[in-house]
Amino acid sequence: MLKGVKLASVLAVASLALAACGSSGETAESAAPAETTATSSVKVGMAYDQDGKGDGSFNDAAFAGLSKAQTDLGVEIKEVNSGSSATDATREELLTLLADGGYNPVIAVGFAYSTALAAVAPKFPETTFAIVDSVVESPNVGSLIFAAEQGSYLTGVIAATASKSGTIGFIGGMEIDLIKAFEAGYIEGAKSVNPDIKVESKYMGAAGDNTAWNVPEKAKTATDGMIANGADVIYAAAGGSGLGMFQSVKAAADGGATVWAIGVDSDQYTVPALAEYKDIILTSMLKRVDVAVYDVIAAVVDGAPLVGVNNFDLSKDGVGYATSNSAVSEFSGAADAAAEKIKSGEVTVGTTVQ
Amino acid sequence: MNLRRIGMSLIAPAIGLFISLAATAVILIAIGASISTVFSSMWNYGTSPRAMSLMLNLATIYFLSALAVSIGFKMNLFNIGVNGQYVLGALAAAVVASNLTLPKVASVTITILSAMIVGALWAGIAAWLKVARGVSEVISTIMLNFIAIGIISYIIVRTPIGTETSLNIRGTKAIPETGMLRGVAFLDPGTPIYGFFFISIVVGIAYWFLLNRTRFGFDLRATGKSASAARTSGVQSNRMIVVTMLLSGAVAGLVGLPYLLGDTGSYTLQFPTDWGFTGIAIALLGRNNPLGIALGAILWAFLDISSGQLILEGVPREISTIMQGLIVIVVVISYEVVRRYQVKSEQTSVAKALEKQEASV
Repeated sequence: MLKGVKLASVLAVASLALAACGSSGETAESAAPAETTATSSVKVGMAYDQDGKGDGSFNDAAFAGLSKAQTDLGVEIKEVNSGSSATDATREELLTLLADGGYNPVIAVGFAYSTALAAVAPKFPETTFAIVDSVVESPNVGSLIFAAEQGSYLTGVIAATASKSGTIGFIGGMEIDLIKAFEAGYIEGAKSVNPDIKVESKYMGAAGDNTAWNVPEKAKTATDGMIANGADVIYAAAGGSGLGMFQSVKAAADGGATVWAIGVDSDQYTVPALAEYKDIILTSMLKRVDVAVYDVIAAVVDGAPLVGVNNFDLSKDGVGYATSNSAVSEFSGAADAAAEKIKSGEVTVGTTVQ
Repeated sequence: MNLRRIGMSLIAPAIGLFISLAATAVILIAIGASISTVFSSMWNYGTSPRAMSLMLNLATIYFLSALAVSIGFKMNLFNIGVNGQYVLGALAAAVVASNLTLPKVASVTITILSAMIVGALWAGIAAWLKVARGVSEVISTIMLNFIAIGIISYIIVRTPIGTETSLNIRGTKAIPETGMLRGVAFLDPGTPIYGFFFISIVVGIAYWFLLNRTRFGFDLRATGKSASAARTSGVQSNRMIVVTMLLSGAVAGLVGLPYLLGDTGSYTLQFPTDWGFTGIAIALLGRNNPLGIALGAILWAFLDISSGQLILEGVPREISTIMQGLIVIVVVISYEVVRRYQVKSEQTSVAKALEKQEASV
C-alpha cells in the first residue's frame, strides 16, 4: 500500500513538472537588434503574466509591438514572464528587477500587474512604466485601455451578416467584466443586423479560475456543441483557449459545413502557428495592443513619455477588425458603416450583456 | 545506531540534490546556456537580502501547505484538496477580517480561527464521503477543489461581498490595517518577513508534538503503518479518518493567510489557487517530517524566486520548475534505494549474529 501511495505521488508530481515543461518554452530571449536601421540606447523591459508569449493572441500582440520597436527604433529588449503561480510579491519583484536593471520603459502586459505596479512605480520615479488593460495612478505610469466592445461590435455585425443559420457563437475565456465587454459588443453588433439572431455564449472558466485561458480542448468541445446547435460563425475571446475553437471549426469545415471562426486581439489569420486554420478565420477583432506598446516605446525614445490614461478606441484605431482574409470583403461594407456610426457617436456600445 | 540512522536519512536527499543538479546541468547544456553563469547568478541573487526575504515569505506558505498534506500522508490519506480548502479559508478570513474593528491580537486571532474552521469543514465533506459512502478522498478532494473555485467566483462576481477593487480586478473589500499581520523587515528594509513566518514555526512545533508525543499521534501513525493492526488494537479507524481530515483541512485553511494578511489585504480573483499541489511535492521531499518540510519549502521557494533572475539572464524560468520536479523524483527514489540498502545490511548483520550463535551452540 505504502509503495503504491509513493508511486502515485511521484507520478502526480512528475506530471506537474512535465506540464510546466510543456508550457511555452521561449519566454525569454535577449535578442540583439537584428538588421536594424536605427539604434538607440533605450532598453525596453516587458513583463507578461503567467506563461506569456505563445498564445497567438493577446500576449503575442504585445510582442508584435515590441518587436516592431526593436526593428524600427533599434531599442534593446528584454522579456520576462511571471509564471503560473505568480503572486503580487513575485510580480513586484520582476518589475523591480527590470527597473533596477536600467530598463526604461517597463511595460506590464495584463491587469494582473496593477497592484504590483502601483507598489513599484513610485520607487522608480525616473523610469516610465506602462500597463495594458488597467489603470494605475502614478505620474510615471501610462495606462493603456481598449474599447474592446467597439471592435467586438464590428465582428458581431460581420458574424450576423455572414451567418446563414441565424445562430452564432461566442467563446469567452475567464468570465470577468473585461471579457464580458467583448461578448456584449458582439451581441449588440449582431442584433443591429438581425434582431432575431440567436447567440450562444460559453466561458472556459469562472472568474478566478486561472486555467480559463489555456484549455483549448474545452473550447473545442464547447464549439463542437455550438456547431451541432446550428451556429455557423463563432467568435472566441479566450487567449490560448481560442485554438480549440479553430480546431473545431476547421473539423466542421473539413466535413463540408460552411462555418467561420473569428479570432481576437492579434490578426490571427496571419499568425504562423495558426497557419493550418487560416482558411476558416474570417476576420479577427483587433485589439491593437501592438500599437499601444509601440507608442509607449516610441514616446520614450522621443523623450516625451506617454503617461496617464490612454483609451484606445475605434476613433484612435485602437480596436478594429482584420481584413487580411479577402473573404471578409463581402461583409466589410456593413462593418465599416457601423464603425462610422460608432465614431460619430450615433451608436454607443455597452460593456454589459443586456 | 541512532547516529547512523540520521546519517542515512541525510544521504538520500544529498544524493537526490546532487543527481538533479547534474541532470539540470545536462539540460542547460542542451539549451545552450552557460552552467556556471546560471548556477552562480541563481546563488548570488538568491542570497541577496531582498530575495531571501521573498524566499522566506514564499516558504512560509509552502511549509503550511506541505504540513496540511503530510498530516494526511501519515495515515495514508491523500488530501489533494488543500487548494480548495485554503482558497475558501482565505476568502472567509478576508470577509471576516474586513468587517472586524477590534484590536490587532483579537482581530487576527478571530481571522485565523475562521480560516481554520472553513478549511476543516470543507475537508470534512471529503471525510464524511469516505466514512459514510466509501468515496475515495483522492477523487472527492479533487472535485471539491473545482467546486470551491466555482463558489468563490460566484460570491465575488455575483454577491455584494465582491467589489471592483481596481480596474478589471474584483475582490473582497480591503482589510483595515489593524486586521493585517504585515510582519517585520529584518533582512531587507523594503521587504518585511510575514508575521505568519513565526506563526508557521509554532504550527510546525505543534505538528511534531501532536504526532510524536500524544496518543492521537501514535494512533495516527499506527493506522498509517497498518490499518488492520491498528484496528485490532482498538483504534477506531473511521473516527481517525474524520479527525485527521479535519486537522489537515484546518491547517490547509492557514495556507493563504500569510499572503492575505501580509500582502494583499483582500481576496481578489487573482489569488493564486495552486499552492496545494506545491505542498504535496514538498511533503514528499520532507518525508512528512516538519524539519524536512521546512528545508524542502525553503529550497522550493529559492528555486521559485531565483527563476525571476534567471529570465533576465536569458534562461527560461521553466528551468527552475524542471529542477523542482527532478529534485522530488530523484529524492523519492534515493530514499527508497537507501531504505532497501539499510534493510539488506540489517538482515546481513542479523544473519551473521545468528550464525555465530549457532556455531557457539
